[in-house]
Amino acid sequence: MSAKIRILRRVLSPPLIKGFKPFGTESGKQNSIPVILLYEEYEALRLSDYDKCNHHQASVMMGVSRPTFTRIYASALQKIAVAFVEGRSISIEGGKVYFDSDWHHCTKCDCNFNNPEREKLIEKCPLCGSHQIKGFDLNEIEEGENKQFGDYCYCPHCGFEEEHQLGKPCGNKVCPKCKSFMKRTGSPHHRGRKKQAK
Amino acid sequence: MKIAITSTGNTLESSIDLKFGRCSYFIIYDTESKSIEFIPNPNKDIEENAGQASVQLVVSRNAKKIISGEFGLKIKPLLDSQKIQMIVLKNPDKKIKDIIEMLNH
Repeated sequence: MSAKIRILRRVLSPPLIKGFKPFGTESGKQNSIPVILLYEEYEALRLSDYDKCNHHQASVMMGVSRPTFTRIYASALQKIAVAFVEGRSISIEGGKVYFDSDWHHCTKCDCNFNNPEREKLIEKCPLCGSHQIKGFDLNEIEEGENKQFGDYCYCPHCGFEEEHQLGKPCGNKVCPKCKSFMKRTGSPHHRGRKKQAK
Repeated sequence: MKIAITSTGNTLESSIDLKFGRCSYFIIYDTESKSIEFIPNPNKDIEENAGQASVQLVVSRNAKKIISGEFGLKIKPLLDSQKIQMIVLKNPDKKIKDIIEMLNH
């Protein structure tokens, strides 16, 4: 049996630095091999702890499932803990990812293009040669994604729906019409119901 | 430098094809000699991996840029590793001669 194929994870932009080094007299003496933190693990940490997204939102942003995101995040924490305890350096590299920030947009001819050579800066549009270029607009993407996890609480019995409020589990809510417990759209239960409907 | 453009037909009047892997024709345009070459896409009707086969075709012609409407998820890392630039043009009305004119800026 072959290994499971990993799907590409979306990363907003590469990290500013290539890694971390420990300091102090004992640093690097015991085990000098650096811990390799993958780009996707860096991104998981950034989304979850720096941007304070929950795992569901972060998984949508990275284009993976929620359980996969949680696994990536757990692996990131594990690696950082190993580096801290054993006094090893951290190197941020590798992973199966693609970067959003590689893309540019030209306002004159309305095209998008990427930059395959990251070291070189792009100054003009490769198509029409104008200088009216800008980085790919991330707000546009995020607005589109918000609709995807535009969550609703719904009642499995009577089909009543209302907007989901973040941080309030739908399972604790009671349907105002038929007094049964609510579920969240996008949950495994809801997906199963969609399949049946088809 | 050679540039590949995906096209729906084999004339300069035909418009850009929004699909990359299963486009009808590839046009290889050489910016230095201004020569234009039309290649019918042999991967148009294959079931699987049309994108990868098309990338190989483009690579064999030494094109450094590809102009198309959309690139699949499998194609992006392939083109990245070959250092080929992708240009996404979402306007299906654009004619091949317009694009070549733009490239001559």
